[in-house]
Amino acid sequence: MPLLDVQDLRVDLPVEAGTLHAVRGIDLSVERGEMLCLVGESGCGKSMTSLALMGLLPRRARLSAGRLDFDGESLTALSERRRGQLRGRRMAMIFQEPMTALNPAYTLGNQLCEAFLRHRLGNRRQARERAIELLERVGISAAAERLAQYPHQLSGGLRQRVMIAMALMCDPDLIIADEPTTALDVTIQAQILRLLRDLQQELGTAVIFITHDLGVVARIADRVAVMYAGEVIETAPTQALYANPSHPYTRGLLSCIPAPGKTPPGSRLQAIPGVVPSLVGEVEGCAFRNRCPLVREGQVDAARCERTPELRQLAGAHQARCHYAEHRAATRVVQPELSP
Amino acid sequence: MGTFIVRRLLVALGVALTISVVSFMLLHLSGDLATSIAGPEATAEQVAQIRTEYGLDRPIVSQYLDWLGGALQFDFGRSYYYQSTVVELIVERMPITLTLGGLALGLAVCISIPLGVVAALKRDSWVDRLALLFAVVGQAMPSFWFGLTLIVVFAVTLKWLPAAGSGGLEHFILPAIALGYYATPAMMRLTRTGMLEVLESDYIRTARAKGLSTTAVIFKHALRNAIIPVVALAAVELGFMLGGSVVIESVFSLGGLGQLAWDAISRNDYPVVQAVVLIIALFYIVLTLLADIANAALDPRIRTR
Repeated sequence: MPLLDVQDLRVDLPVEAGTLHAVRGIDLSVERGEMLCLVGESGCGKSMTSLALMGLLPRRARLSAGRLDFDGESLTALSERRRGQLRGRRMAMIFQEPMTALNPAYTLGNQLCEAFLRHRLGNRRQARERAIELLERVGISAAAERLAQYPHQLSGGLRQRVMIAMALMCDPDLIIADEPTTALDVTIQAQILRLLRDLQQELGTAVIFITHDLGVVARIADRVAVMYAGEVIETAPTQALYANPSHPYTRGLLSCIPAPGKTPPGSRLQAIPGVVPSLVGEVEGCAFRNRCPLVREGQVDAARCERTPELRQLAGAHQARCHYAEHRAATRVVQPELSP
Repeated sequence: MGTFIVRRLLVALGVALTISVVSFMLLHLSGDLATSIAGPEATAEQVAQIRTEYGLDRPIVSQYLDWLGGALQFDFGRSYYYQSTVVELIVERMPITLTLGGLALGLAVCISIPLGVVAALKRDSWVDRLALLFAVVGQAMPSFWFGLTLIVVFAVTLKWLPAAGSGGLEHFILPAIALGYYATPAMMRLTRTGMLEVLESDYIRTARAKGLSTTAVIFKHALRNAIIPVVALAAVELGFMLGGSVVIESVFSLGGLGQLAWDAISRNDYPVVQAVVLIIALFYIVLTLLADIANAALDPRIRTR
């Protein structure tokens, strides 16, 4: 039984022009100790998905799901009270902006210990000891003194380490990390990524890592789900996805990554032309067809793409939502370096 | 925190000195003090006699230094009108003004902050609309008119509370309501705006992601940050109520500092005017200082900058 089992998750937001279908029926499953990367560009519904899983959607949002099970228990059936007992305790979240995600008015110690005390895992002294232990584990020196410091006294990288320690305080089964490295310097990004992967492997915590950067995915994920326009359009184990990207959008994303030594200097950076379709109202047919190079270059029958494609099984755990997933286009794909 | 307070204290001292100089100069530049003290029917000899008697013929700097020297020993001279020293007059009136201001501010805080929080939490609901109406009425209604209305309803018609005087606490209830209502709208709306802004912030989402109860999220994480500007505003409002309660004090015949200042000005009682101006300025200075210290206690970014 997977730790998290999601089927046909939908999130609708009422907007002035009608209803915005931010998440349009996605299926996800995460095994214990697994790291799943959710990849996609801004507005593809990846953050809404993470907020839906945490139960932190804006009040006006409407959620529906065929199945939304966490450790065999249906989350949609839980009362808000029971949900609150799960949140922070068994599923924790790390946010994108470390500069604003911590409350400026309270010490790090106060904010670190808060969830531990709220979920009655021990007394103040034990909470403090655990906070110090975790700060040291995420690579913060002089941890005991740090507890008395305030967020504004720390750099962005340090704050994100504190956020990670905070998420780990209650030893959760699942951590959802929403673009945790996007706001950081490149060198700090690499450190934080390594730290997250090490922690995940050492503690056996399942992680859903949300990012727009396929280069990041290659280094840390066990499995990848690529999202486009509120849907999962391709999902596969990381190696399989890079070896055999099957959806034109995934191939497009991969070709956007410049690779040192392989992309000739001075050559144009690749980009996917066009924009994401509006998700207000129903989307008919393949959501990617107006940007799809296969359609544009006349390599496929465009009429077929007017029909909405299903997420189809290709090989093993590799699935793609494209009528022409087996079609090998001439799109050049640079293989990013996989981590050992 | 220690150096912060010392630094603020030094600034406060400088401000107090500046105000005393400016008010002293203004008073002496406003006309010939000897002529106005002597009155319209006085002869030239009488005016000249008053001028020497009160030391008004000496250079203004030495007059000021004399006055300052006295002020530093709490000696502000004698009133020209009353048969007592200025200090006696002020000590007698101060408790009335402090009681009125304190009660009014307490009332304003107790109403405006909870109302602001509820209005923000129930944004655009009927509670929010009602709070807005309450604020608009409070801002639009002249305080003397509201005071008179209170007297008509609660003192004259219902006979629940006295209309005038300052004998007991019951005399302060109506004036405190009238004065407090005046301070409520601004504080209420600042609380509401602050809460709305803070509730949207990332750290509130972090707090919710920890599974904290709604109460903890609202009171521990949101209100603490939203209240910071309200504290500074409350200090200014209290300063205003202590110095500017002239209207309410006269409506309810409360002989406080405001009324003393008003009477002193109309009677050319300059030592009293000078002292009351300084005292009211000191109120403002002390309150601003307290607000700064309170803000620093609430917001660690201020004290460790």
